[in-house]
Amino acid sequence: MIFPLPEVDRRGLIRGLSGLGGALAFGRAFPTWAQSGTAGLSPVLSGEHIALTVGESHFATGGRSAHAVTVNGTLPAPLIRLKEGQHVRLSVTNRLREDTSIHWHGLIVPFQMDGVPGISFPGIRPGETFTYEFPIRQSGTYWYHSHSGMQEAVGHYGPIVIDPAGADPVRSEREHVVVLSDWSPIHPHLLLKRLKQMGGYFNMQQQTLAGQLAGKDQSGKERLKWGAMRMDPTDISDVTGATYSFLANGHGTAENWTGLFTPGERVRLRIVNASAMTNFNVRLPGLPMTVVQCDGQHVQPVETDEFQIGIAETYDIVVQPTEARPYGLIAEAIDRSGLVRATLAPRMGMVAQVPALRERPLLGMKDMGMDMSGMDMGQGGITDPSPPAHGSMAGHSMKMRDPSVAPQVRMGPGVATLSPMPVDRTADRPTGLETVDHRVLTYADLRSLEPNGDTRAPTRTLDIHLTANMERYMWSFDGVKLSDGAEPIPFRHMERVRMNLINDTMMPHPIHLHGHFFELVTGAGAHNPRKHTVNVLPGGKVSFDLTADAPGDWAFHCHMLMHMHAGMMRVVTARHEGEPA
Amino acid sequence: MIASAAALVLASAALPARAQEMDHSQMDHSQMGHGQMDHGAMKGMDHSAHQPPAEESVDNPPAENPHAGHGQPAADDGIPRGIAPPAPTDHAAEAFYDPAVMARARAAMVEENGGMTFSQLMLDRLEYRMGKGADGYHWEWEGWIGGDINRFAFKTEGEGEIGGPLARAEVQALYSRAIDPWFNLEAGVRHDIRPDPQRTYAVVGIEGLAPYWFEVGAQAFLSSKGDAHLRLEGSYDQRITQRLILQPAAEVNIAAQDVPEIGSGSGLSDVELGLRLRYELVREFAPYVGVNWERKLGDTARFARAKGEAASATSFVMGVRFWF
Repeated sequence: MIFPLPEVDRRGLIRGLSGLGGALAFGRAFPTWAQSGTAGLSPVLSGEHIALTVGESHFATGGRSAHAVTVNGTLPAPLIRLKEGQHVRLSVTNRLREDTSIHWHGLIVPFQMDGVPGISFPGIRPGETFTYEFPIRQSGTYWYHSHSGMQEAVGHYGPIVIDPAGADPVRSEREHVVVLSDWSPIHPHLLLKRLKQMGGYFNMQQQTLAGQLAGKDQSGKERLKWGAMRMDPTDISDVTGATYSFLANGHGTAENWTGLFTPGERVRLRIVNASAMTNFNVRLPGLPMTVVQCDGQHVQPVETDEFQIGIAETYDIVVQPTEARPYGLIAEAIDRSGLVRATLAPRMGMVAQVPALRERPLLGMKDMGMDMSGMDMGQGGITDPSPPAHGSMAGHSMKMRDPSVAPQVRMGPGVATLSPMPVDRTADRPTGLETVDHRVLTYADLRSLEPNGDTRAPTRTLDIHLTANMERYMWSFDGVKLSDGAEPIPFRHMERVRMNLINDTMMPHPIHLHGHFFELVTGAGAHNPRKHTVNVLPGGKVSFDLTADAPGDWAFHCHMLMHMHAGMMRVVTARHEGEPA
Repeated sequence: MIASAAALVLASAALPARAQEMDHSQMDHSQMGHGQMDHGAMKGMDHSAHQPPAEESVDNPPAENPHAGHGQPAADDGIPRGIAPPAPTDHAAEAFYDPAVMARARAAMVEENGGMTFSQLMLDRLEYRMGKGADGYHWEWEGWIGGDINRFAFKTEGEGEIGGPLARAEVQALYSRAIDPWFNLEAGVRHDIRPDPQRTYAVVGIEGLAPYWFEVGAQAFLSSKGDAHLRLEGSYDQRITQRLILQPAAEVNIAAQDVPEIGSGSGLSDVELGLRLRYELVREFAPYVGVNWERKLGDTARFARAKGEAASATSFVMGVRFWF
């Protein structure tokens, strides 16, 4: 095993009790760390015994108000700060009228403590208290959320920070946690119903005749070609700013969450995307960002100006503001239907500028899984965007639904397209950032700080197709929904497997495997970045190597909440093979 | 910790028997890259006890398990396809929690992730019609309830004059099944309350989204009296702005025979064209205005004239479309 056995941290216990007291004393809608004007991360919940209560609340932002599900009465939920090597008991009491659960996203825990009802445990019934108990075998920024009844869409999420047992390789004088999320006053079950009734219900940025007359978006010829395929180049997000308010630590733009700094300090921002349905592009105009961690795993510091954070990913960045002025932390929904601005400032009352929303991007051929780059298409990037109606190109099928490109996919109403030529897009700039005139982080820029522990070559390959039909709002793996009686995906314990996720849809999918980290295959060898969630770009593919080192049953799903609930999920099993009992 | 470890062993104890059924004879050992494998991790595999191929292996061709690409060429980087272990049939959590309780939670979890039931009631047209003669009304509604593939659907449409009797009203009850990404096959019954005498039909049809975003539908009807006809419909939503939508629509009815008592003539019996401009205040609620033109043809026109009715009608329409 890579991780040492847990050791008891007595000081943590004392800190935890005082932290708990602090949180209760405040008793407000925001935990202290998430309150605007916070100087840093204390007080928080920490120690060996932590009590959490899930209950009903009300939440309002930007004039939108509705029912919420919160932990200890706050949105986001309290920050839990632990130390690598400690042991923790988390008692979760359910005060809802429905079942609840907490999944510790990214934490390496025994499977029966992973918090997925129906896979890891039965769930927590109303009025019951369930005690999670596990050793802390890692450090970094993580988060926790409900895995029940779409509660994570209505406030049931919070951050986890685990301090390393030894020295932290990241040097900073101050740190803030920034939990990004999306908030709709419409109940998530109704959001999903609307999408089933009309796939484009929330897309208020579709191509129009008025736009065409004004010379915007696709040309008439292109529109016809995309229309022939029944594909919409504006279908970037399912649920949009038409109903969502975007939040930073529970604050909308108007409420302007503010984190304080002293000019010249190195400020570490631990950014978590706890959204239900929103991938964000994140930037701090005027401040270069040094990415030091991703998904809780240290990476070799890399400087950038903007990065995309998929749902459920975490990025730790370090910034060094030198001027005594406000800096905006801008998280823009990737479909540009809205954004949230938070402020970093030397003192309260300063407000960073809100930049205008940039133009909504349009999807292109590469997002359909047709990479033209390897072909002779002439110079200047001018390509005929239409696939030939029939036949093939250089031996590759260019049809949008040719079963021969993916024999393992069960074809049916749930599979509208198959990417004819999916390519590895881990070095591509993500959706909407292809042409911005500053540096943009790609997965290929991430290199793990320490060499990875397991560098064995995989002995098996596993392809998984991410499949969908936007018109019917059906989402699945390999054309099969979990509810279709899908078999588990089996692994042998300690087996090393190369997994290829092939995105046959035109939307990025943040795919999360519970209980494990995997190494993205980006060409960095032993320094391939380790992740728990990977955002697979439209029409592209991602390869990662997985060591199935955690026996038990685990959830594997798209972290777009509605996609998961539409069936884009599997149970993954890791079992000792042939081992006598 | 010790308890957990013990339970984990328990959880996996059910597996060895199945794992040993792995058919080593079918494995392409040359592609497995044994040199790179951590044999320590494979200590559980019982290579010495090569059993005769179990029935399961013989009966399960690779196609049945998409993740087991027997002997296929390596994908990339020289990684072999390899062979997946059999999917376990037990559930690890049952070592820690009451199996009956877990079974309930698992059933709920599976249901919640792809198996939910949805519904829609769409009042596509509810309109007032103004033409040469008396003003009239017209409705066209449909609804469905079910999952992604199988649904119960109903449709109703009808019309009449304001203050006058109901001229035409039909109701359909259908089983609808998704047959490809865009089209549904539907079958069921249609009952016409008006005109008098009432008629009941068997219906089979197809409806869906054609290339270029045309909504199309075709239904064939066979009445209890043996007469048959066909209805073809199509419409297109031209988005002028995000909320303002112009919808041209067409309907054609074709009959196999004359049925004078209900005023229907053989051949192309009538054509209806409409153009409606709606404004979606919200997606679910859109008032609209438009024009509608109907023309009865052939014997249908003759039957209409014989009853003193016009064979064609142009009306200005206004109404609302709403759904939930």
